[in-house]
Amino acid sequence: MTEADEKTIQDLRRSGILLTTLEDLYNWGRSNSVWPLQFGLACCAIEMIAASMSRFDIARFGSEVFRPSPRQADLMIVSGTVTKKMAPQVVRLYNQMPEPKYVIAMGACAISGGPFKQGYNVLKGIDRYIPVDVHIPGCPPRPEALLNGLMELQEKIREQNLTGENRPHHLRSDVSGEFPVPEFGACDLEPPSNPAVWTPPEPIREGL
Amino acid sequence: MESAEQLRDRLLAAFPEARVEVLANPAPVAQHSLIIGATHAVQIATLLRDDPDLAFDYASNVTGVDRPDQEIKEKVTVKETVDGEEKEVTKEVTRTEPGYLEAVYHLYSMAKRHGPVILRLRTENRTDKVTLPSLTPVWRSCEFQEREIYDLFGIVFEDHPDLRRLLMWDDFEGHPMRKDYVEPDDYEWEPTPHDAVLIKAKRPADGEEAAPLAP
Repeated sequence: MTEADEKTIQDLRRSGILLTTLEDLYNWGRSNSVWPLQFGLACCAIEMIAASMSRFDIARFGSEVFRPSPRQADLMIVSGTVTKKMAPQVVRLYNQMPEPKYVIAMGACAISGGPFKQGYNVLKGIDRYIPVDVHIPGCPPRPEALLNGLMELQEKIREQNLTGENRPHHLRSDVSGEFPVPEFGACDLEPPSNPAVWTPPEPIREGL
Repeated sequence: MESAEQLRDRLLAAFPEARVEVLANPAPVAQHSLIIGATHAVQIATLLRDDPDLAFDYASNVTGVDRPDQEIKEKVTVKETVDGEEKEVTKEVTRTEPGYLEAVYHLYSMAKRHGPVILRLRTENRTDKVTLPSLTPVWRSCEFQEREIYDLFGIVFEDHPDLRRLLMWDDFEGHPMRKDYVEPDDYEWEPTPHDAVLIKAKRPADGEEAAPLAP
């Protein structure tokens, strides 16, 4: 759509004529009813709950319907520390969600392990096993940060096309929405990460 | 409430063969604790719970302590006969204090509104004799906390109704809160390493000989 077209559409809209495309309408609907999966892992969950209550009111963005079943959820908010014992269940819940599905990693722990990163029992970020759409830093992030992350996700959904490489996963047959569930090993998860979604950072050893 | 010494005397009067010692706490709180021998631990715990004057009906906290073997250097003055003369010679002697694992119980009385009384149970060593009697039959609230100690420290509680790992998974190897636990080497670059992570960060890259880690 060219710039002139956009201007014409805006002018028409002001005079009461609504012109749109199927793609815009479809994504407008999808992005304004993102239903999160109702689960929390640690203190970030408290901020997520606060975001859903009247003061911050996540209902303004159409995401107030926290679903108790992964089969009815569009969005997984990984809110809190993912321990190695919990990680397989998180991946399994993600696998059980229907397409199109999105993931927000909320807080330092869900992103990278946070203050527990070098510990023996905490996963160094949920993006090792499932693809994450939005990372929200903070310890814990305030509810406004979660709302901002949700708006970023809505922006991402609105920019997805119905055709082409950028189309959502449920319109594609070449990608799978299921990721292997890690197994419990002797002292770590097996495998420690999924190379299909995550590559280890290159260690920087200079200047130490 | 009775002082730790009074409690010790009362317990020794009831069980003359038991081992009951007062471990003084030199801090201003002066919260002294009782070291209890494993053989009479359940009887002592039952007495503490059922005695109408004591009535410790609530075990609020159970935790573990790991004491590795310690080398202690001491200066000892010995009388020696050198060339027919008796002299006092000061020698430096190194002795090894054997390590042990310890379970610490904090008891309160809801009925009498007093407490805490702190019990310490010690294992014989840290390797093969790590069994202690479980106090879960006396205080139900010990169940999960003893499971946690079993998981993280490796103390085996006899007569525990359901002794499984609590926090780590069943097939996990080792006891991660022990001082000599070696965690898997999964260091990853991070911008602000410190302490043990800094040592790992300074190691040479793959392919080179890795420097030994500091103890």
